[in-house]
Amino acid sequence: MYRLTGVTKRYTRGKETVEALRGVDLTIEDGDQLVIQGPTGGGKSTLLQMIGGLDRPTEGSVELDGVDLARIGEARLTRLRAEKIGIIFQSFNLIPTLTAQENVETALVPLGVRPAERRERAAEALRSVGLGERLTHAPSELSGGQQQRVAIARALVKKPKVLLADEPTGNLDESMRDEIMALLEGLWHEYGLTFIMVTHDSSIARRAPRLATIKAGRITLTEQQPQSYAPH
Amino acid sequence: MFGIYLKRELGRRKKAALVIALGLALGIALVITVNSVSAGMTQAQDKVLKSLYGLGTDMTVTKTRSAPTSGSSGRPNFQFDASSNGSDKTQSSDRVMTQGGQALASSVVTKVAQQKGVASAVGALTLNVTKVDGSFTQGKAQSSGGNSGNSGSGGQGGPGGSGSGGNSTAAPQVQGGGANFDVNSYSVAGVDVGDQTLGPLAGSKITTGRTFTAAQSNAKVAVVSKSYAKENSLKVGKTLTISGTKYTVIGIATPDSSESTTDVYLPLKQAQTLADAKNKVTTIYVKASDSKQIDAVKSAIQKNISGTTVTTSADLAETVSGSLSTASNLATSVGKWLSIAVLAAAFLVSALLTSSAVSRRVREFGTLKALGWPSRRVTRQVVGESVVNGLLGGALGIGLGLAAAYAVTAISPKLTAQLGNTGGGGGMGGGPGGGGPGGQASQNTMEIALSAPVSMTTIALAVGLAVAGGLIAGAMGGWRASRMRPADALRSVS
Repeated sequence: MYRLTGVTKRYTRGKETVEALRGVDLTIEDGDQLVIQGPTGGGKSTLLQMIGGLDRPTEGSVELDGVDLARIGEARLTRLRAEKIGIIFQSFNLIPTLTAQENVETALVPLGVRPAERRERAAEALRSVGLGERLTHAPSELSGGQQQRVAIARALVKKPKVLLADEPTGNLDESMRDEIMALLEGLWHEYGLTFIMVTHDSSIARRAPRLATIKAGRITLTEQQPQSYAPH
Repeated sequence: MFGIYLKRELGRRKKAALVIALGLALGIALVITVNSVSAGMTQAQDKVLKSLYGLGTDMTVTKTRSAPTSGSSGRPNFQFDASSNGSDKTQSSDRVMTQGGQALASSVVTKVAQQKGVASAVGALTLNVTKVDGSFTQGKAQSSGGNSGNSGSGGQGGPGGSGSGGNSTAAPQVQGGGANFDVNSYSVAGVDVGDQTLGPLAGSKITTGRTFTAAQSNAKVAVVSKSYAKENSLKVGKTLTISGTKYTVIGIATPDSSESTTDVYLPLKQAQTLADAKNKVTTIYVKASDSKQIDAVKSAIQKNISGTTVTTSADLAETVSGSLSTASNLATSVGKWLSIAVLAAAFLVSALLTSSAVSRRVREFGTLKALGWPSRRVTRQVVGESVVNGLLGGALGIGLGLAAAYAVTAISPKLTAQLGNTGGGGGMGGGPGGGGPGGQASQNTMEIALSAPVSMTTIALAVGLAVAGGLIAGAMGGWRASRMRPADALRSVS
């Protein structure tokens, strides 16, 4: 379970100080799905970075299962990210020189998984996202949707507790968007993940059971009726 | 994953990797070339020194040069009679001088041999023979104005001599007369026939005939150098005349290096008789029992035997001048600094390029950190890529350096080495054949072909430099990579 208390983040650029988050309080239960929406520069990506342990708040605490990510050491935070948090990026962020399978394997490297097991688990993860035939393809040989599937397989191969997605469909067309969202929804159910996603897309935001809107660093929470992406 | 990632990454950045590798290769090739040429210079100098010493000699002992006594100029003196009857009969005169006009008593050889650290000591007498032969005619005086008078005898030496006698008021004029003569100068070394492992003959091989036997300590026999034999049409069995004494040629000696300047070798006693220098030697050749103790042996001899100058290879090397010396100085000074400068520039360029490559991979390294890769693993990846790049540059540099060294050896540029005493002492300029006549400072000019041998140490140095270059570049890139935060992976796309 996540518990964010009074999270404030300030950036200093020259003499100017920008407050990206202003005293955000938020609780996310295990297995919840939360969509974060808001205008550009509103602070949604900053909030995701705090939740993912990628950055630390200037003030406040970010607790994951009772551990304050703002206070623990760098090595422990790195280890926690490796074990518990899977991340999907808008631009997929695949390593261009590695194959699909090798890209997925990179998530298992810091866990010390042996190479043979790593290869097997990466192949399995790629099969689970429908890319069993593309294991040896380089990212440049895959479509945008396929690249995002590889990124999803990379995020899930370590069986994380939390899945964070930063605009996962931002670079995809509408049909591909629905396909990816249906896949993520299915995996969320299947793995019982805590799923937190940032999006600009209102049609995605409307379907989430819980919506957090961030404007000028302040958060507003809305509970709503979820709508599935699964084909009828 | 480390190896696969490294291989793929270097494959992707072929051009940048090649630029880094080429930069390092250039620096490393220069280091190899300069090192091998320097080694070649050292070998050339050793060759020059050995040609004077002979094999196995660690140092020589000569008499400390002193100022000539009054009335003795130390220069050769020839006396010829100008024939008054118009005869052009050939006259000949040999002047045999000891090398530098300075000699030590033979007993000093025994004293030197008794010094601590001396394995053996052998004395030799080096002579310079100057042979002048030709005809000399007297000028004739003629008086003008028809007055009779005794024709004066012209001054010796032909024209210019003024006549004497005769009461004529008109001064007689000297006409005709003159000289036509050849000067032939060569070097003779008196060899201790009892021990020929040291001394003037040690640096030569007898290619025809034989060398002296112990029984020939005072025999009228000679060994001549191959070049002198050819020049004077001498063969084994023929005779050679020096200052009126005939010597039978028993062997032809070919020097191990072409730089030897001794023309004729005689038994020591014969050389002493020729120069009227009984029980004298000009040079004592010394072999130390331990080559690391040469300086100590030198000090001991100089301390215990007064009036001697001890010259080691190191001392002699300082007297080498000419293009060999200039090239050697260039290799050790300019070459060294040039290779250091190029190497430093190559290291800097590779460090900057690696650092710049890391900057372009912000998202990549940020993503890996976001996935839980510790900073040390990311740094290791960058350093690994850099070291492999450095090793590629090293391999290329070794190839280039070997090619350059091979080219130098193949071309074998000729360098001249001038060896001479630096004044004040009877230094190594007093080696066999090394001096001009009389007490003038001696100097030899020799021609040496330069080679560029590449040692394993040089190769090891090149590999070390390649790894160091890779590590320096990797350290800089790795440091930048380790400072990146995982949030950069998200921020770069926001």
